[in-house]
Amino acid sequence: MSERQVRLKVLRQDGTDSPQSKRWEEFVVAWQPQMNVISALMEVRKNPVTASGQKTTPVVWESVCLEEVCGSCTMVINGKVRQSCTAMIDAIAPNGETITLEPMKKFPLVRDLVVDRSRMFEALKRVKAWIQLDGSHELGPGPRQSQENQEEAYPLSRCMTCGCCLEACPQINDRSTFIGAAAISQVRLFNLHPSGKMHAAERLDEIMTEGGIEDCGKAQNCAAVCPKEIPLVDSIADVGRQATKRMLFGWLLK
Amino acid sequence: MTVIKLCEAGVPVDLFSLVPVKRSHSVCAQGGINASVNTKGEGDSPRVHLEETVYGGDFLANQPPVKGMADAAPGIVFMLDRMGVPFNRTPEGLLDFRRFGGTLFHRTAFAGATTGQQLLYALDEQVRRYETMGVEDERGVVIPGAKMVRKLEWWDFLGIVRDDTSGRCVGIVAQDLKSMEIKSFAGDAVALATGGPGIVFGRSTNSVINTGTATSAVYQQGACYANGECIQVHPTAIPGADKLRLISESARGEGGRVWVPKDPKERRKGKDVPEKERDYFLEAKYPGYGNLVPRDIASRELFLKCFHEKRGVFNGTSGKNENEVYLDVTHLPQEMLRKKLAGILEIYEKFVGEDPYHNPMKVFPAVHYSMGGLWVDFERASNGSLVPGSARNQATNIEGLYAAGECEYQYHGANRLGANSLLSCIYGGLECGPAMVTYRKGLATSSFDVSKRTFEQAEKRERDSYERILKMDGKENPYKLHEELAEMMLVNCTIERHNPILDKVLAKIEEVSERAKDIGVTDTATGRMNQGAQFVRHLNNMIVLARVIAQGARNRDESRGAHFKPEFPKRDDENWLRTTLAFHKDGGGAPATINYVRQFDYAIGSKPIHVTDEVDISLVTPRARKYETAGAASAAATGELPKEAARATEGRAS
Repeated sequence: MSERQVRLKVLRQDGTDSPQSKRWEEFVVAWQPQMNVISALMEVRKNPVTASGQKTTPVVWESVCLEEVCGSCTMVINGKVRQSCTAMIDAIAPNGETITLEPMKKFPLVRDLVVDRSRMFEALKRVKAWIQLDGSHELGPGPRQSQENQEEAYPLSRCMTCGCCLEACPQINDRSTFIGAAAISQVRLFNLHPSGKMHAAERLDEIMTEGGIEDCGKAQNCAAVCPKEIPLVDSIADVGRQATKRMLFGWLLK
Repeated sequence: MTVIKLCEAGVPVDLFSLVPVKRSHSVCAQGGINASVNTKGEGDSPRVHLEETVYGGDFLANQPPVKGMADAAPGIVFMLDRMGVPFNRTPEGLLDFRRFGGTLFHRTAFAGATTGQQLLYALDEQVRRYETMGVEDERGVVIPGAKMVRKLEWWDFLGIVRDDTSGRCVGIVAQDLKSMEIKSFAGDAVALATGGPGIVFGRSTNSVINTGTATSAVYQQGACYANGECIQVHPTAIPGADKLRLISESARGEGGRVWVPKDPKERRKGKDVPEKERDYFLEAKYPGYGNLVPRDIASRELFLKCFHEKRGVFNGTSGKNENEVYLDVTHLPQEMLRKKLAGILEIYEKFVGEDPYHNPMKVFPAVHYSMGGLWVDFERASNGSLVPGSARNQATNIEGLYAAGECEYQYHGANRLGANSLLSCIYGGLECGPAMVTYRKGLATSSFDVSKRTFEQAEKRERDSYERILKMDGKENPYKLHEELAEMMLVNCTIERHNPILDKVLAKIEEVSERAKDIGVTDTATGRMNQGAQFVRHLNNMIVLARVIAQGARNRDESRGAHFKPEFPKRDDENWLRTTLAFHKDGGGAPATINYVRQFDYAIGSKPIHVTDEVDISLVTPRARKYETAGAASAAATGELPKEAARATEGRAS
């Protein structure tokens, strides 16, 4: 058996209503090959005892797919926001360094490492991130699209609503209503689609209101932390151009 | 899809989801969705798709629903395209299609290698649109505040509410996972689209939420479970500590090849082993379909190589042959790989830390999909397909309870073909929605008029049961207990099944079931998210499903599709061309048992319906299943082999 150990330091709190429960707890579990942060947390819950031998409750976290396509398990690991499933122990703590885990801070805390990202889904409603389908009955093939169009759309469509871009954005804070890069990039995606384009104006009008694209401070942190390497800065620039055009010439269409 | 169909018919829906809908397990589907659109001029058709699906499933599927699905497939893919799914394109701007297992045709539409994610997103977007749309009453007057879809995410399904007198399903009881509040909800009809039970096997390609808890709950409330023993093991996954991550069949569909070194003690890295020293064992044994034989066959061959012949890839450090074979795409053009397979190659790179564009990937089989699930009905039309909008389609034997997707058993027989799961879950929804609308129209009294007491009692039942969990202070850790159960199931109830060993598995399940009464709940928090207590409930429900899977496997003394017993290596149509129908029998204080039946009766409205375990084979006559010869899977397609496939076949045979 391997002697190697994995050390975790977790910021825990029962909920926003319980600031007094906020605390750091440390755990030590046995190392396994191919281990990631999630499998280390799974070991903790099999024996929820802290490094100093205190009995505690198992750490609460959110995860689903464990292969970085669902976006659930986002947390702040060693100070950096990312998915915990792809945080491989050998890569982030090759010499047994302590790994710190914290919940994202830009969303309301639910418990321990779980936060409520509803605002991101609400943002998708706000910008009408969908095609206005006539119905799901058979209407023949969709519009033809060039390979170039598909290659531009597909990366944008891989956004998992994971929250990294909002967490890293300096404009997202208590004093701002900024919608964030994820939703703006969805405006670009749907305005690119041959039928989505027909409703581009509605999306642009929405994204030009309070908390919209104007609030972007161009820090470019969003693109830097996006796990799917979505060109979020390009998306913001592109939607910005569309919005400007709409602002300058939109009245002609009214 | 069910929700969209209901909304289009003007029926408002409460949508419950264990996790935010956009994070559901369908995101893990990678390779694509089948539809015989025949854009490559190969002579593909829904008829061929039907035949190959039925043949691939070793004739255990009722054929009318499969026909309905194959016929609807092109329309479904076009609908998804209209919804904005970024499917890969041909130079002419049409949908591109690729090859998948069990067929020689290019039948699989795809969006990179994250097709499931893209399909789920498109449907989720349409549902989100309905979340913003108001409800109108019969007279067209808008009901203030009401929306077509009310989405309740982070809610755990606990059970259905049954009307005391009629036994009809009139609603559900669910638990808010943020506050742990338990509440009942009325509904004129209920549909489950809750996915498979892969976590019964512990580590699998499934998401951690796929415990099968909802299907298990309704099974324990009287729903019939069918063909539970039919569990698909996918041949190519990456071994991992927490999960076995899938490497899609599309890797082989695009030309990837499976091999092991001819020398079992080969120490060189995969990429350094010369071509002539490689054993492409699938291509050698199955010249007809090569690397694209159906999953049950490929998994058995990989298992044979690694487990029985000990010829898996040699590991110099451990000094032994590991349970791994090479899945190689390094000979394929990089540009193509990036456009069509980046999603899965990225997963390999992130989790293994090796570049799969230049190094053959190391993979091994993993539990992937349940062909079995809740029994659901269908009404056969005279053309061999389904009667559109019949209240019987997708109906379970509990009146008012419907099911669609992996949680039901209907479309795949004893083995599912790749890229048919995304299709079957959407087609199931397309049938399920209209069926529920018809059923609702025929109701004499709405569920909303059922006495409050019925709902209060159901709520109390679930609340009591949750309170009991919170009070458990025994010595067993639920997670460790799950690991024990899962290990037993994984090793002994997957690729190869032996009766004496299955007896031990069943004994182990009883042992675990008994020990589960002595669990110490790890978290007693009330009023806030409590995953520890929730898991105890899921574990109890998994134990019940494990019994259904293992006992079904023990009973079926034959080999069919994914169900393989070396002692009974042949398919036995005379005795076993029939559906396994399982009913839960509560033991009172004693362990629960399973009541297997050959027939039963249920009713919709006042119409009694008689059900038997006979399989409807009216469209494709059963014949021996062989993949050695190209085109064997479809009689309709033989004679006119697609040119490219024929060339590929010749290349492999030489």
